Amino acid sequence: MVKTIKGIAASDGIATAEAYLLVQPDLSFDKKSISDADAEVSRLKDAIATSDAELTKIRDVAKESLGEEEAQVFDAHKMILADPEFTGAVEQEIKDQSVNAEQALDDVSKNFIAIFEGMTDNPYMQERAADVRDVTKRVMAHLLGVELPNPSLIDHEVIIIAHDLTPSDTAQLNKKYVKGFVTDIGGRTAHSAIMARSLELPAVVGTNTITGDVKEGQTVILDGLNGAAIIDPSDEDIKKYDKMAKDFAAQKAEWEKLKNEATVTADGKHFDIAANIGTPDDLDGVIANGAEGIGLYRTEFLYMQSEELPTEDDQFEAYKTVLEGMKGKPVVVRTMDIGGDKHLSYLPLPEEMNPFLGYRAIRISLDRQEIFRTQLRALLRASAFGQLRIMFPMIGTLAEFRAAKKIFEEEKAKLVEKGVEVSDHIQLGMMMEVPAAAVLADQFAKEVDFFSIGTNDLIQYTMAADRGNEHVSYLYQPYNPSILRLVKHVIDSAHAEGKWAGMCGEAAGDNIMVPLLLGMGLDEYSMSATSVLRVRSLMKKMSTADLKELADRAVNESITNEDNKKLVESYINK
Amino acid sequence: MEKKEFHIIAETGIHARPATMLVQAASKFASDINIEFNGKSVNLKSIMGVMSLGVGQGADVTITADGDDASEAIVAISDTMTKEGLAE
Repeated sequence: MVKTIKGIAASDGIATAEAYLLVQPDLSFDKKSISDADAEVSRLKDAIATSDAELTKIRDVAKESLGEEEAQVFDAHKMILADPEFTGAVEQEIKDQSVNAEQALDDVSKNFIAIFEGMTDNPYMQERAADVRDVTKRVMAHLLGVELPNPSLIDHEVIIIAHDLTPSDTAQLNKKYVKGFVTDIGGRTAHSAIMARSLELPAVVGTNTITGDVKEGQTVILDGLNGAAIIDPSDEDIKKYDKMAKDFAAQKAEWEKLKNEATVTADGKHFDIAANIGTPDDLDGVIANGAEGIGLYRTEFLYMQSEELPTEDDQFEAYKTVLEGMKGKPVVVRTMDIGGDKHLSYLPLPEEMNPFLGYRAIRISLDRQEIFRTQLRALLRASAFGQLRIMFPMIGTLAEFRAAKKIFEEEKAKLVEKGVEVSDHIQLGMMMEVPAAAVLADQFAKEVDFFSIGTNDLIQYTMAADRGNEHVSYLYQPYNPSILRLVKHVIDSAHAEGKWAGMCGEAAGDNIMVPLLLGMGLDEYSMSATSVLRVRSLMKKMSTADLKELADRAVNESITNEDNKKLVESYINK
Repeated sequence: MEKKEFHIIAETGIHARPATMLVQAASKFASDINIEFNGKSVNLKSIMGVMSLGVGQGADVTITADGDDASEAIVAISDTMTKEGLAE
């Protein structure tokens, strides 16, 4: 039976392959007192032996598909399994405490994880904590008799079906065989969606139910253009989607020709299309897609991928790599945006009722200045290697911007005094995402060098609607005249002071939004690298003279989000 | 019981690959083999034990082996120390 599951189109493209369920089994257990310790130890030994055999197999396959280096991690796992201090301690715990093997394993592994994680001066040892965790999970699964997914064993083309995908899940995926993914949760801005776009894999997220709808091995068509997964498709469906995939590939080839061209409208106006990145690894995609700069470097990934606060040198290396890689093109770096939905294990934040309205981004930076100053020093040192621009997230008041700028100036003066080479042309700007700041954009424009409008948060705060809450998702209305008026005010305010305005939210690459933004005169459009050529192609067909009138009508005459959607659609079709 | 001292010259001390090699070498023997550093002694057949010692450059460590194949074990471990550039 053909079944179509709707979701959110998170990454372009179409793929057809077998479903692979990457679902973490339930590894919870009850603590039990046991009387027969020998029987419990022998259960443990069986689970260890099965785990070891499994790891041998995984290692062989991983070497074949991913290479020797990636496979070596499984040697480390086997060594932990064979470690007398580890397994011996679990046996001892079973005997001494008369507890079941699950409880003893859990106790001992937590102990080792704590020791390794505590070695803060040795990142290599800290990483070993993850190995202990992985091995423990495997042995635990065998003790409980549940199946553990082994994504590295995938040896044929599949579409990954998961509740959600973490960065470490994706690291294990073999790009040769994984054709795309579908998840239960997440939106266009979720990490899984961002990763899919940077890997250029089609993806559909936020289906709510996919892990329950599809069975291992069923054929699935993944339609990343329209946000759908078709389970058990008919031959006709497969044919139809094959054609769509071919058309899409042809269109991409057409866009590809624009790679080395500047972004110029039909009436000869030049605009900048930049790309959003999370790590230096994303540079390849930026260059391959011909972006004219980086409009948003999300530095929080540096913090999230680490087990401790990243050092000044680690940060410096990352920033330098990006600046050098862009060869003099502008790079806008956003300082740490932690809090909200982004957490750090090593920087516990208070439990909050409304984390998106709470302690996050610049609010943390101004409070925990040692973290902020370290980041600014790393940025300042890197500024000698390219065209650096810095922006602060979540600025709501002028006092916040001034405080951040003052700290920046202090760190700069200290470095200059020490004789460190620092650029004198670093632009300092701010994210426009707090409505209070957007309303006062005319005042902010006198003190900043630029604005970058963060649409996801600006919409969420203006509409008072949690962007992750599906019950209020109808309020995510980027074309609502209220949002457009704020956006226009921000752009006009920047221009009145001779400053520039950009947009780094998802809307900057949206087919409906782009004509309106061109009409308002937005200077810079920053988006996923994979959207750059599509938007450049779109802009080439547009004439700013017509669009100015269109934007004025959208801002002044329209009443609803839908009005504006129709307004732009009818313009495009004409 | 056999005993031998080593002066660690490797820049990164005993970690990662060299530690793995030492553990693999020790595991081939039936003897009880320990490594002592800073008054702490751990089983040289335990990767987690060895790594948790945190042996750095310039450290002096003592390897002890107790059992029928103790002297062969010490020879094999000395070989590994040299081959991995841990000690001269």
